Amino acid sequence: MAKRIEVALRAGVRDARGERIKREIDHFLHLNVEDVRTLDVYTVDAALTKNELEQAAAGPFSDPVIQTWSIDLPLATGFDYAVEVGFRPGVTDNVGRTAREAVAYLTGRPFAEGENVYYSVQFLLAGGLTIVDVEKIVTGLLCNTLIQRYSILSAVDFSAKGGFPPFVPKVSGATKVEVREIDLEVPDDELLKISKDGVLALTLEEMQIIQGQYRDPKVLAARKEFGLGAKPTDVELECLAQTWSEHCKHKIFAGTVQYEDENGNRQEIKSLFKSFIQRTTKDVRERMGDKDFCLSVFKDNAGVIKFNDRHSLVFKVETHNSPSALDPYGGALTGIVGVNRDPFGTGQGAKLIFNTDVFCFADPFYAKPLPSRLLHPRRIYEGVVEGVEHGGNKSGIPTVNGSLVFDERFAGKPLVFCGTAGLMPAVVNGQPGHDKYIKPGDLIVMTGGRIGKDGIHGATFSSEELNENSPVTAVQIGDPITQKRMFDFLIRARDKGLYRFITDNGAGGLSSSIGEMAGECGGCRMDLARAPLKYPGLNPWEILISEAQERMSLAVPPEQIDEFCAMAVRFGVEATVLGEFTDNGVFHMLYGDRTVAWLPMEFMHEGLPPMQLPAKWTPPQHAEPMLDEKGNYTDDLKKLLSALNICSKESVVRRYDHEVQGGSVVKPFSGVNNDGPSDAAIVRPILDSFEGVVTAHGICPRYSDIDTYHMTANAVDEALRNYVAVGGSLDLVAGLDNFCWCDPVQSDKTPDGAYKMAQLVRSNQALYDVCMAYNLPLISGKDSMKNDFYDGTTKISIPPTLLFSVIGKIEDARKAVTMDVKRPGDIVYLLGATGDELGGSEYFALSGSIGNKVPLVDAATAYQRYQAYHGAVNQGSVASCHDLSDGGLAVAAAESAFAGGYGMNLDLSRVSWKGDEAGKNDCALLFSESASRHLITVHPEQRKQFENIMHGNCFASIGVVTEETKLAITGLNGDAVITACLAELKEAWQQTLREL
Amino acid sequence: MKQTRAIVITGNGTNCEMEAAHACKLGGFDETVIAHIAEILSGDIRLDDFHFLNLTGGFLDGDDLGSAKAQANRLKNASVVGTDEKLVEQFTRFISNGKLILGVCNGFQLMVKMGMLPGFDGNYLQQTVTLTHNDCGRFQDRWTCLKVDSDSPCVFTNGIAKGIYLPVRHGEGKFLCDSAATLARIEDGHLAVLRYSDAGYTEAATEFPVNPNGSTNAIAALCDPTGRLMGMMPHPEAFVHYTQHPRWTRETLPEEGDGLVLYKNAAEHVKRNLI
Repeated sequence: MAKRIEVALRAGVRDARGERIKREIDHFLHLNVEDVRTLDVYTVDAALTKNELEQAAAGPFSDPVIQTWSIDLPLATGFDYAVEVGFRPGVTDNVGRTAREAVAYLTGRPFAEGENVYYSVQFLLAGGLTIVDVEKIVTGLLCNTLIQRYSILSAVDFSAKGGFPPFVPKVSGATKVEVREIDLEVPDDELLKISKDGVLALTLEEMQIIQGQYRDPKVLAARKEFGLGAKPTDVELECLAQTWSEHCKHKIFAGTVQYEDENGNRQEIKSLFKSFIQRTTKDVRERMGDKDFCLSVFKDNAGVIKFNDRHSLVFKVETHNSPSALDPYGGALTGIVGVNRDPFGTGQGAKLIFNTDVFCFADPFYAKPLPSRLLHPRRIYEGVVEGVEHGGNKSGIPTVNGSLVFDERFAGKPLVFCGTAGLMPAVVNGQPGHDKYIKPGDLIVMTGGRIGKDGIHGATFSSEELNENSPVTAVQIGDPITQKRMFDFLIRARDKGLYRFITDNGAGGLSSSIGEMAGECGGCRMDLARAPLKYPGLNPWEILISEAQERMSLAVPPEQIDEFCAMAVRFGVEATVLGEFTDNGVFHMLYGDRTVAWLPMEFMHEGLPPMQLPAKWTPPQHAEPMLDEKGNYTDDLKKLLSALNICSKESVVRRYDHEVQGGSVVKPFSGVNNDGPSDAAIVRPILDSFEGVVTAHGICPRYSDIDTYHMTANAVDEALRNYVAVGGSLDLVAGLDNFCWCDPVQSDKTPDGAYKMAQLVRSNQALYDVCMAYNLPLISGKDSMKNDFYDGTTKISIPPTLLFSVIGKIEDARKAVTMDVKRPGDIVYLLGATGDELGGSEYFALSGSIGNKVPLVDAATAYQRYQAYHGAVNQGSVASCHDLSDGGLAVAAAESAFAGGYGMNLDLSRVSWKGDEAGKNDCALLFSESASRHLITVHPEQRKQFENIMHGNCFASIGVVTEETKLAITGLNGDAVITACLAELKEAWQQTLREL
Repeated sequence: MKQTRAIVITGNGTNCEMEAAHACKLGGFDETVIAHIAEILSGDIRLDDFHFLNLTGGFLDGDDLGSAKAQANRLKNASVVGTDEKLVEQFTRFISNGKLILGVCNGFQLMVKMGMLPGFDGNYLQQTVTLTHNDCGRFQDRWTCLKVDSDSPCVFTNGIAKGIYLPVRHGEGKFLCDSAATLARIEDGHLAVLRYSDAGYTEAATEFPVNPNGSTNAIAALCDPTGRLMGMMPHPEAFVHYTQHPRWTRETLPEEGDGLVLYKNAAEHVKRNLI
């Protein structure tokens, strides 16, 4: 019989967790609760003596200074309703796992098969609540019913029943292992039904290709030798579905596009990926010649560039959108610990040096009705922020850079971008660190977590729109500590040369990781029955495609396997040999002695013809807002500073450890009170060197409403100008593209697919054009193409979004520049020209308009200016620099001024203007988001030096830093257009998200 | 000449081992070893071979049972492989041999939960104080001013005039005692080495965010009566060079960061007393 150990806070000890929930009930649900208190509950389902249970309760499970405990005796008192929330069977329970380990240390004996400890939390609610209110609190806040279970007891029932009975959420059900054969000799509508019902996300054409394969007599003859019939097994079909999913195969980026522009010019594009992304890198590298710093691009889990002669940099950015929509906490946690495995599994393995994250949400204060399956944006915000917090902080990787972007359409799917950079030795055991290979005969080894039913169909479900029936199993919860243990072990195994090849288990699970590895040497033979399981009862196909977390796949030479496994045991990491790599051209899966899948590698990887994708560009026309000439824009500036896309994100950023590993040089906040928004991050990954890694990003989905070409150009420019601002060098900088699109494939569900596809083409065109001008090779990236919600009536598509990230180097981090003004009397310069480019701006968004005049990037001129500016940084003549983006000059000036604690006097008549003079007015000068601009301050004694080095570039001195803590801007006719004290501007900027 | 040797324990979720080892090196230790707990449990590395033990920041076992609880349980109960020796015996021997221990953040949490601090009457295995969830209910990464108790017996803070400026990065840093008597004994013995304070290091701070977690009497660090064991929530290893300071681009700062003095004092003490 399972025992319940309850742990409660002693009287008088503050319950911070309860207080936080009370606040959230008030904020989210507008219900008035008097008091919320919490208890920890450990349900121990193991043969322990009374004494051992008491030792566990008094020892590892409770803190004697602040807590009391009981065994099978409820501790709750003074409440109206008690709620208990725990995980559903099979869901990762990190606390339960740690509790179990703690008990094993205590008793000195391991748990028997089937024994376990399960964790849950008891919430005690007091106040005039009805049962309906309580249900609302539980389902709206305390419990995500996808992954968690709950029970509610009123105080009366609680005392009548003696509290909650012990409940053991053990996975039960059939333990009979089954391999089904699927009959594909059926009509087309049934083929489609097989795909739909199985969450295979295969199209009719793809199903027919598989059907054809199983009609080939040669294939059938070969299958017969292994005891297989003419029908595919479920293992085979599921494996093909994963391998061919949009998520894994990138069919849209690999497809053939028929593009027609606004003038009717037609063009056939064979693979956007090859034609634009890969070509960008190839062309830039060719031009760089012997200055080329790219080491490994597009072929591994992450891109690798040179850092110095001894070390290489690794970088990858991923998205985890669909899981985060269903379970924001688990989805985002898995997002960050998942992307950690990418650089870790690149080359022979890298040490992880920083994380970045960018979240796109709908307004957390959203007050309109939402389709039933969608969680409220505020809940997504809370869950995602917390998931990444736990994933990043617990892994000991600093989160150094990020953004929050808001648009109502992200209610359909939030975007959760997580990035991780790593550092690897240039040479490991005599071989380039970024290279790896497999020899036939090498053993297939899986390390880390065990396999469960979690994350089944993650790859295929995210290859479709989110809908009412999106599967529960697609969601996983990450376990950063199991992963950290594994990394601690593997990095040491790498240095000892104990493995030859490493890669991560992500989307598609083993089917994808081993499938790709088998591609390296030409085949594999693997016994799925050997895979370690979390609980019995998984069918072979489930073992093959489960996306259970914290696993790496390796190729270990047979002569090293004993040492590898012995070391794993010492480090408390599970390592299992599953089979071996071959060169016979077949992906061969066994379950014990029986063959359950026999797939020719060529068919798996090359069997799919390119998709045919129509694309037609028709430029949209928006109403051009009529601007009232105002005498004073101070109120508009304050409104902008409070806008979600501009306001301070400090309440989120401070929850992320941005300094662990000790190399922090430019932090997320700068200035006299450590609260001004930095443009980019610098870290020193090697503590006895001053070489710094610089990272920054650009993202501007609003411009997609006008033209994705310019959205993309501006995103690339924003990333680079942020990077340049802090002192990043243009000689060693690379880019990563993350496309998040709404479905661009023309269909009944997506009648405007050709337009969305044209948007994708234009975005790629800009990517090539601007990266070429900036000498920016692309080293890695990812696309997520189905960011829509559709429940049959309501469709919500996200705005096409490109996150552009850059990584590069500053030779001497001691020369870094921050965005806060430094001292009164400094001269203020604006680098770059301003134009009548308010289209898609935050200023227009204030009045709900879009406009048409989107900022145009003049990359060639900007690149020259960025180089000159970098020269000024190197000679030490720049006191501060802030990039101009959302909200334009007025916002940048306000931020630099209040960050530095000094005022600024600026004169708009001195600003360099580009384009038609007719459009020149105070409003455009203040708020236009024209690209490639920086606001700089320079000490007067450096003036000459600074102007000399900038000579020949577009820049203008527009004012001065003042002792008086006021922002004073005069307009074209000499009158004051903005006058505000810094304190009120800062308050406007800080108030919006302060309490979240 | 004999070597001064520092050890930094890592594994199971410890995160700050690299910068802690770097700080030991800058502080003057001849040798610093980063040892995975697995290498200590296997007997490959023994604490007896070192003079200065660093228990540093991280999330031991994910802080799943409360910060550092699971590791405290592991250290108390686990045995060194192939011997009868409990690991905890290596710790108590280390202490009784007059050696130094610095616990930072998660390491401080571990020390109080094992009972190593405040360590009254030579009892280093009796928990009387704790560190728990911040009043604000959230993890916080922010820099804090720390006023030093110059009458403290603490070896590490020797010579600090008024205070030091260091970052905190924790979700469970609120210091609490089991009784008023324990608190009085800590304060009377000048064992509360550092307190969160105003920028001038004059007044202990009670209000968020200057006091980031709501600690009793703003206590941020604790030492034992010998002064050789110290635990602190702020991170000294995170400020050993000026470029780590949040305002280094606008202030004139010395080359060395405020946290380095702790490691220098440790190295100096080892040289004078243990070599």
